[in-house]
Amino acid sequence: MQLRSEPYIQDKTLTDLRVDLQKVQDGVALALIQNGYTDFAQFAIRLCLEESIVNAFRHGNRSEPGKVVQFHCKIDGESAGFEIQDEGVGFDPEGVPDPTAEENLEIPSGRGLMLMRAYMSEVVHVAPGNTLRMVYKNGPDPTDT
Amino acid sequence: MSNSTSVLNISDEGGVKKITFTQKSIIDEVVIHQIGKDIVAAIDGATQPKVLISFSGVDHLSSAALGVLITCHNRVRVKNGQLYLSDISKTIFEIFKITKLNKMFQIADTSESAMKNFK
Repeated sequence: MQLRSEPYIQDKTLTDLRVDLQKVQDGVALALIQNGYTDFAQFAIRLCLEESIVNAFRHGNRSEPGKVVQFHCKIDGESAGFEIQDEGVGFDPEGVPDPTAEENLEIPSGRGLMLMRAYMSEVVHVAPGNTLRMVYKNGPDPTDT
Repeated sequence: MSNSTSVLNISDEGGVKKITFTQKSIIDEVVIHQIGKDIVAAIDGATQPKVLISFSGVDHLSSAALGVLITCHNRVRVKNGQLYLSDISKTIFEIFKITKLNKMFQIADTSESAMKNFK
């Protein structure tokens, strides 16, 4: 497949979690393939978009009707960058309990942020915490050893 | 004996409830909610549940799905039952490793090897 020369850019206002998330995922998935990202990267980015956009609707906007999520992405052969902004009041990401701590292991929630931090090259919450920026730097599958 | 829902197949194999998924992605919230309800119903219907959840054919999983699995683990433990996970792809096993849930769950390579472990 011929690699894409122009970056893929998407700016979208998400109003419906399932419908718009699927559209975002479809566009990003194609751009990742066209820019030569590994299967691992495609898996990781799909997972992180799911986690971040669900968080934005559910936790940021508290599932309130009428509240939207702003989505921006730029994907080229070097990296895939994403910005997700909800209409919530924000939160302190450092205040999220460590789900891998012994006492938290059996608590069913709280792993989305951890997965994003594990899979993405950069994850930044912009104060007050309702804007998330994530970058995946293109490269070989890190699990191929 | 087999019981199928829109998202799961549940069969009884020698007293073990074997659960497989009908979808490749366990990522949609509605689907995950239904999966949780169906598995918990299967667990709650047994006195001392023996449950095998096979991820054969599953290639995507979200943190919400992990939450359902943890709920199942907790329910099975309360009833002094046994829960095994099996057939987890390398990519999905990475999620278990990152979250350290590979230490909490009993995980077998295949459903055949998991079946041998039930007491």
